[in-house]
Amino acid sequence: MSETSTQREPSSVDTGTAPIVHPSSRSPMNRVLTTVVRSREIAIALALLLVIAATTVTTPSFLFSSNSWRDLLLTPAILILLAVGEAVVVITRNVDLSVGSTLAITAYLTGRLFVDQPGIPIVVVFLAGIVVGGALGLVNGLLVALGRVPALVITLGTLYIYRGLVLTWAGSNRINASDMPDGFLGLGTKTILSIPVLTIIAVVVLAVVGYFLYTSRSGRDMYAIGSDPEAAKLYGLKVRQRVVGAFVLSGALAGLSGVLYAARYGTISSGAGVGIELQAVGAVVIGGVAIFGGSGTVWGAAIGAVLLVTINRALPILGIQDFWQQAVVGALILGAIVLDRVLSARRSRKLIEARDAS
Amino acid sequence: MATGEGAPVLELREVAKSFGPVAALTSAGIRVDAGSIHALVGENGAGKSTLIKIVAGVHRRDAGDFLLGGEPVDFGSTAESKAAGVAVIYQEPTLFPDLSVTENIFMGRQPLGSGRRVDRRAMYAEAEGLFSRLGVHLDPRRPAEGLSIADQQIIEIAKAISLDARLLIMDEPTAALSGVEVDRLFAVARSLRDEGRALVFISHRFDEVFGLCDTVTVMRDGAYISTQRIDETSVDEMVALMVGREVGDLFPKTPASIGAPVLVVEGLSSAGVFHDVSFEVRAGEIVGLAGLVGAGRSEIARAVFGVDRYDSGSVRLKGDPVAPHSPRAAIRAGMAFIPEDRRKQGLVTDASVARNVAGVIRSSLSKAGFLTQKAESSAAGPWAGRLEVKTGALDMDAATMSGGNQQKVVIAKWLATKPSLLIIDEPTRGIDVGTKAEVHRLLSELAGEGLAILMISSELPEVLGMADRVLVVCEGQLTADIARDEATPEAVMRAATRTLEAQR
Repeated sequence: MSETSTQREPSSVDTGTAPIVHPSSRSPMNRVLTTVVRSREIAIALALLLVIAATTVTTPSFLFSSNSWRDLLLTPAILILLAVGEAVVVITRNVDLSVGSTLAITAYLTGRLFVDQPGIPIVVVFLAGIVVGGALGLVNGLLVALGRVPALVITLGTLYIYRGLVLTWAGSNRINASDMPDGFLGLGTKTILSIPVLTIIAVVVLAVVGYFLYTSRSGRDMYAIGSDPEAAKLYGLKVRQRVVGAFVLSGALAGLSGVLYAARYGTISSGAGVGIELQAVGAVVIGGVAIFGGSGTVWGAAIGAVLLVTINRALPILGIQDFWQQAVVGALILGAIVLDRVLSARRSRKLIEARDAS
Repeated sequence: MATGEGAPVLELREVAKSFGPVAALTSAGIRVDAGSIHALVGENGAGKSTLIKIVAGVHRRDAGDFLLGGEPVDFGSTAESKAAGVAVIYQEPTLFPDLSVTENIFMGRQPLGSGRRVDRRAMYAEAEGLFSRLGVHLDPRRPAEGLSIADQQIIEIAKAISLDARLLIMDEPTAALSGVEVDRLFAVARSLRDEGRALVFISHRFDEVFGLCDTVTVMRDGAYISTQRIDETSVDEMVALMVGREVGDLFPKTPASIGAPVLVVEGLSSAGVFHDVSFEVRAGEIVGLAGLVGAGRSEIARAVFGVDRYDSGSVRLKGDPVAPHSPRAAIRAGMAFIPEDRRKQGLVTDASVARNVAGVIRSSLSKAGFLTQKAESSAAGPWAGRLEVKTGALDMDAATMSGGNQQKVVIAKWLATKPSLLIIDEPTRGIDVGTKAEVHRLLSELAGEGLAILMISSELPEVLGMADRVLVVCEGQLTADIARDEATPEAVMRAATRTLEAQR
């Protein structure tokens, strides 16, 4: 508000019609509760619990064996990171298909750093992975923002280019666990208070990104851009900057995932993470992030990632054949999209009805 | 009314702007004082929108002076113009459907709490304050999706007020509003004026210009023509200045010989939308479909053309039944349909004029399955020529054309299918006086050639002036069938409100 505003009498417009009703009669507590209960995130979390419960009933060792609790939390960690980055990109009405290749590059980079620079501090390796991933994301972002070519096409291109880079660089080389220090590999399996370190990293990243998207202006800008890019331009939002930012974040998180991948699996070849980008997109869609941007949360995407990974682990235990395992995942993605359409159609109909009623 | 002291809020002089080979503005200008509502009028394509977009920072001028509050400015982005206190409400409101109305108002400049975090509580409180001041009942937490155009405009205005904009520009804000909504908008506009803000109001409705504004600037062909006080001018004078030539009869209906029935609709019903609708349209006849907004006129037309389903009834064209719910069958039978929202439904705005015109007759143009640009252009040429579409070339993008020209392209597109029935919904909405007359003349000419025309229009003078027969729809039912010589505004309005009164 400028200083001059105090001189003006805030006059009220007399419409001569009904008195002004208070728009929201529900108490804040009530509202928060309804929102939470109706939220998409809760629905997926319930589905997740259902899968875990069903599998545990048939095969108790799924949850109650020595390593099973750890595996349950540990396995999704990498996909959570990728899904968080992917969700941010999808919210801006773009998509990043290059995250799997980025992961491969930084995973191999991690191994090479340990091989070529013995004694390199682990922190430096982490930073290197994040920075290189971020730089690859920056390339994607600049191409999308400046090239005005759909992100699908750009990142499909960089998916192959980045993969080609790592193929050329690594050739048929393979980095083994013995090439990397124990302190680093330990991260892949270590737990704190029975929670794996990798999972803690993933959850911290998730919390930070989620908080940023919800409370910062630039985070809100991203939703606006995804909701209507043309309107965002007219609003004077920094559309290019935000889109580039989303891709850099996605790249950086893919870079971080690469480092964690090296720690987790110990063996790195040029084929690391092939096809994982589609799992990331799948997790985002299952998690309720609209594929045309503008709505959804990283929390949903993260739960979607856990659900996807857990189902993939549970189905073989339940004795379901390979083909059907794939089909279930496919059905889940299609189901999520159909659900989105139905829900949004219902929502807009309700909103229009509410308008007509008033 | 104008404070008269100091520099005007907005002053543009000798502004020029070209898009490629097309000069949109040659020497445009306007001078708007504080505490004034200033009308900007001109034919479509006169350059009003371009001028507005220069002020808004969407486009950059090629030449000329641009002063805001006496200071020369040069906006490279909408953010800069916003920061300088300029708020623009576009013809089609631009909101983010997924976000709450409050976020829509404050996007990009949300109140910040500690740690530069968005303070939602303060934001909602401020939004509620704005809404109660504007006298609207809106939940600040509801998403913008599903809001009526009127409410969307209120959001835009709330945005402008929260910006504390000293200059508020409204580009045809009333085009889609009902009477009550227009009154509300005007009340808000006047209260903003009384606070000492400057408003620029673009409209094609002269009664609104005369009812609301105190000053008027006329533009023509991208140039400034004149500025007058509203009480020192008249509609006739303004129209003459706008077109720069004598406007002939606004509705040049020429009598045509009426032939055999082309379209016969019997007992058409769709639950909750319209009920037992029967009528016919004869060759050479223009039948007007009148009624209040929301009465179901467009829905009937859409069902006849097969866009929407209907539950019972039949549609026959030249004696042959037309399959329901199949626009393709309707086109094949010889129907053409020009929808109300030409941008969304009638025109591929990203494609060239030629491609648009040739769009619906593609299959007949293609040779062995291939469609050449040459074939498209040669098919489109005569039609665009006949309609005097003012575009640099046939390969120009339809999106960059004015509303009137877009409408002509849509008409050309359908005429290329050589239809026997033309259904046209709001043929002249958002179109300026000169082009309106051209569209009317064209419709009249087409009827003279034996085309049957079903015209839906909210503008009563247009219906009365153009139609041979007026069908009135009220709440989904045909309530009157009035012949041309008996059609008076009173008769039509009475029929349009008949059932409403009967129920009360």
